[in-house]
Amino acid sequence: MTNFDIGRVSAVVRKELRDYRRKRSIVVTMAVLPAIFLIEPILAIFVAPALGTQSALARYVLVPMLYMLLIPVIIPATLAAYSIAGEREQGTLEPLLTTPIRQQEFILGKATAVMIPSVFLSYAVFALFLLATWLFANPAVSSAVFHQGPILLALVLFAPLLAGWAVVVGMAVSVRASEIRVAQQLGTLGSFPPLGVIVLLAVGVVHPTFPVALEFAAGLLISDLLIFRGVSAMFDRERLVTGVKAGS
Amino acid sequence: MLRLSRPNGAFGRSPFSRPWSIVIDGKVLGSISPRESIDVPVDSGPHDLQLRSRSYLKSPKLAFDAAPGRVSAVSCRARGRQPFVVQRTVATLIASVFSHEIWITLDHVEDDDTAAAPIQSPGGTSATSVATRRSTGSFSTQLAGMPRSPRRDGAEHEAALVVEGLTKHFGARTAFADVSFEVDYGEVFGFLGPNGAGKTTTVRTLGTLIAPTSGSATVAGIPLTPENGVEIRQRISIMPEAPGLYLRLTVTENLEYFAGLYGLSHSAPRINDALEAVNLLDRADDLCGGLSKGLRQRVGLARTLLSDPKVMFLDEPTSGLDPVAALEVHNLIIGLRGRGVTIFLTTHRLDEAEKLCDRVAILNTTLRTVGRPNELREQLFKSALVVKTLTPLADPAGLFTGISGVESWFADDAASYVVTVSDPRTVAPSVTRGLVGAGADVLSIGEAHHSLEDVYLELIDEDVEARRP
Repeated sequence: MTNFDIGRVSAVVRKELRDYRRKRSIVVTMAVLPAIFLIEPILAIFVAPALGTQSALARYVLVPMLYMLLIPVIIPATLAAYSIAGEREQGTLEPLLTTPIRQQEFILGKATAVMIPSVFLSYAVFALFLLATWLFANPAVSSAVFHQGPILLALVLFAPLLAGWAVVVGMAVSVRASEIRVAQQLGTLGSFPPLGVIVLLAVGVVHPTFPVALEFAAGLLISDLLIFRGVSAMFDRERLVTGVKAGS
Repeated sequence: MLRLSRPNGAFGRSPFSRPWSIVIDGKVLGSISPRESIDVPVDSGPHDLQLRSRSYLKSPKLAFDAAPGRVSAVSCRARGRQPFVVQRTVATLIASVFSHEIWITLDHVEDDDTAAAPIQSPGGTSATSVATRRSTGSFSTQLAGMPRSPRRDGAEHEAALVVEGLTKHFGARTAFADVSFEVDYGEVFGFLGPNGAGKTTTVRTLGTLIAPTSGSATVAGIPLTPENGVEIRQRISIMPEAPGLYLRLTVTENLEYFAGLYGLSHSAPRINDALEAVNLLDRADDLCGGLSKGLRQRVGLARTLLSDPKVMFLDEPTSGLDPVAALEVHNLIIGLRGRGVTIFLTTHRLDEAEKLCDRVAILNTTLRTVGRPNELREQLFKSALVVKTLTPLADPAGLFTGISGVESWFADDAASYVVTVSDPRTVAPSVTRGLVGAGADVLSIGEAHHSLEDVYLELIDEDVEARRP
């Protein structure tokens, strides 16, 4: 990434965020999805049955907490799929590609713009969940939640990493997809594989500990970086403009 | 005596600017460098002119201006045609060791010291015009050297665009092939052609959005290579056919975005200047989605001005606009031309090209011709008089062929005749006298006028006819 210009990246980010704010469907999506994924875990905590042991309670609260990690997967998948296919559909992609922006700058700018609301909303939902649990939940349940250290760490670390995966996969699909709808469907599908990690934790195949949380986070980070490089390589101006790969 | 002149080389101090040896009828008569002229003592009649160079001369692009009345026909042959970069490179290497030769047969019909036949350098503005003159009833073919663009300050300077043998294939389909031309700074260059001719693909290629299959180009002084993409895009701006604005953003926000992409810090004054140039200052805070198509086109133009580009590509900027909006865009382009902006304008509107462009090129997959509109008309169509009489002439053949200066004639209608003449100003009185002497009731005698549209249709029709089985 020689001569990488952060000014161009921030120009893309600013414009994207501005555009999101003014697109009603995106605003509604960003408002409704987190609410849906917040209600279920909170209800689960409030109606928690009277379980005898602390370990049984700990296992019970695990699933509602991990459930919230769907937010950093679903929101960016929707936005990222729109990012390039949407530009192409609106006819704004070609003027953009005629500027000096490099592909890495463009992709990083787009990805950052998707990551910012996704991660912000994810953390906001986590915070609201913890706040509601602390204020209103049964003290035993509340204690079980706040003693899930590895899971709390996983929420903090996994949210941006899962969002990163969903973003780059969504953009990879968006580069190739002919329409936004197709891009969104395929992008959402492609964002699910890392959730396997969450399933392993939720069903108890892997016992949640701090080292496990850190190892999974490192694995996700490496996957994100690799797939980012792959998407950068896929970003071919000629294909984006003409639909035909350069040299064909 | 025949004067041969060679315009400025298009490649600076490259091998293309080396002297060419001139051999006429087997006799070496000396050499000629760029911007030099040489007087060649030749009699009337056909001669073999041979050019020898230690650089590869791309023969099909070697244009030879047949000065009317002095050189009636020119044909050109050379060692094979090498359409691909690799082959051309090899040919250039070979030529640097062994002289490369081109033979030209010219039919010199009149001795005149003032006759000038510019030889165009291989990379110069050198399209080959194969003109078929249907209007005169006679068919002849010539290679016509197109003049270089005007150098407004008279000084020598680098060209804004130098395109040499550029070709783009999409699989088996050819978008454009073997396109060569040159555009000077400050010039408005029209790129004409029917739909699907390859105009937009050419713009995208020069704008580094698409990689050429073969050929070379220099854009705003930078060689067109994948590594130079960012630098080239920094020096140019392109307005695609659809302006491609973000409709949920205001005019200013759209421009701010692009100013950021061009790396312009403190962009507010630039944005103001650009909006002022397109008369949109009062709409700066309007959402682009609420603007008419004409206004959006203006915002697109303002966007292309932001980076103060060395070359501005406008791809059909008036496409789909109503006449009033199109006129506004025309006036803006005229204003930009007045400011010395180099504009590469693709269009299929011939009135637009005629009105706005210093020179035009006509593309129909291959480049058909390049030149100033009026010169194209002159080169493609012979001077002619249109004679209208009240009743058909009894013996038009006897009448017209007996008049000095009349080259040919044909009946355009029952009592209307097109008379091809060498010089309308001198021959028209003779034709008038002849008609009166023959007792004809003359309604009118006037010079035939051809528009750029005639030139265009002539060349495009040739392509259509050539493709017929």
